[in-house]
Amino acid sequence: MILAPHEPSAAQRRREAYRRRQTVTSVLVAAASTAALGTLLVVAVTGAPGWDRVRRSFADPAIARDALPEVLAGLWLNVRLLFCCAAGALLLGLLVAILRTLRGPVFFPVRALAAGYTYTFRGLPLIIVLYVLTLGVPGLRLAGMPPVLVLGGLALVLTYGGYLAEVFRAGIESVHPSQLAAARSLGLSYRQTMRHVVLPQAVRRVAPPLLNDVVALQKDVGLVSLAGPIDAVRAAQIATAETFNYTPYIVAGALFVLLAIPLIAVTDWVTLRAARRQERG
Amino acid sequence: MTLLRCRGLRKTFGGHVVLDGLDLTVDEHRVVALIGASGSGKSTLLRCVNLLEELDDGTIELDGEDISDPRVDPDRVRRRIGMVFQSYNLFPHLSVLDNISLAPVRVHRRPRAEAQAQARELLDRVGLGTKADAYPDQLSGGQQQRVAIVRALANSPRLMLLDEITSALDPELVGEVLALVRELKDDGMTMVLATHEMGFAREVADQVCFLDGGRVVESGPPERVFGDPTEPRTRQFLRRIIAAGRL
Ligand SMILES: Nc1ncnc2c1ncn2[C@@H]1O[C@H](COP(=O)(O)OP(=O)(O)O)[C@@H](O)[C@H]1O
Ligand SMILES: [Mg+2]
Repeated sequence: MILAPHEPSAAQRRREAYRRRQTVTSVLVAAASTAALGTLLVVAVTGAPGWDRVRRSFADPAIARDALPEVLAGLWLNVRLLFCCAAGALLLGLLVAILRTLRGPVFFPVRALAAGYTYTFRGLPLIIVLYVLTLGVPGLRLAGMPPVLVLGGLALVLTYGGYLAEVFRAGIESVHPSQLAAARSLGLSYRQTMRHVVLPQAVRRVAPPLLNDVVALQKDVGLVSLAGPIDAVRAAQIATAETFNYTPYIVAGALFVLLAIPLIAVTDWVTLRAARRQERG
Repeated sequence: MTLLRCRGLRKTFGGHVVLDGLDLTVDEHRVVALIGASGSGKSTLLRCVNLLEELDDGTIELDGEDISDPRVDPDRVRRRIGMVFQSYNLFPHLSVLDNISLAPVRVHRRPRAEAQAQARELLDRVGLGTKADAYPDQLSGGQQQRVAIVRALANSPRLMLLDEITSALDPELVGEVLALVRELKDDGMTMVLATHEMGFAREVADQVCFLDGGRVVESGPPERVFGDPTEPRTRQFLRRIIAAGRL
């Protein structure tokens, strides 16, 4: 669409000038209040009687530098685990959600199994699943036993798959039956209807909560270190044990936040887009 | 030639009898209008014909084939029947073009380019050629409903079922949708339409059926059913419609 050139009226120009002044004022007010609050916080913390001691044991630059390589190596494990487990849990969740929607007596066992799975793994604490899989299963001494890291990843996939399955299922059920009727009336089979009509709408609708669970998973992948592999937090713990200084934890925490920022930003962006679409539709 | 024959259709919802031994015959190239009070079972009848509801009794024949036989593949039957709904039911995540070409590509296994070319041709014919890449929520209600009709037509159906396709529309948008139905009639499409646009039923239908108590109580050419109804229940219904200013 090509807009014809438009000369704003005097009233519109006055309104715009007023809005510009208002914007400048708001920015100044925001800056002033931020500065005031920041000063207050800094004074309160650094003025505290124990501040020097705390700073030495939590924010020692030399120790931070020494611990960084180990913690980074641990973080690399977190990142790899996060990607594999997120992909695995999303796939498993989607599969289980689809199985639970199947109708007909033939699928009864499949439905029951899928329902049993979501009930069990949403109820079981992750730590217990982790211990059973990484400590119990290798005890069977079966041939071709995968390494502990894979078993730990499996525990994460199984646990998060249960949550994600329920999110997917909520999305599938939120698609109005009239959409199914329209698809079936066109001659699409049940499978084609799911694949081309229901799932695309369902996934779009639940993308924000799905991503939210992935952010939570990011924090939980570190728990595999309970079974041996060294993640960022475990690396920080080891460094702390060597130096009797907690700075490595702060390093690991800062890295975790940095890692989470892009993921959270994407989640917010997707949520915003979904909300906009809801408004329009 | 008879295209659709319903005999003794019965449909209940949890003890509530909606269709009670309903008979209906539709000849090829004819337009049948279903009229009747809200809740008289017009939508249910259309949904049964399209096998979206399971019958409790009776038979439905399409082109001489008993499609109410449970051994018949409903997907195959539905490909021959186009259905348009009151609330359009376009797929919101697909563009207009993809809405229309979905069934030709997925169900009829036509090459995508060919299906899209046909979709564009149909859109041009209904004056929506410029909207091919728009999404449903960017269209007016009348435009959405015309796209829904085109989507059903893209399957080249033998029979079209139209369920109150104008009742969700603003009054000034009704005309464009009805004009399209008129064109379909001129092309010889066989249609069964549930409607409360009595003026339109009178103009476009070859036969009007008045539904009440789960049956077709009265049917005939529109002039006779509207002008000289024989059944007291039809008369009463039409009186109410006239009182509401809808005839
Ligand atoms: N899925 C359903 N479950 C229960 N009752 C239904 C269902 N569909 C329709 N009905 C009932 O069947 C009756 C007929 O409905 P309908 O066919 O929509 O009538 P009409 O289209 O003529 O207004 C109504 O009383 C309605 O409440
Ligand atoms: Mg209805």
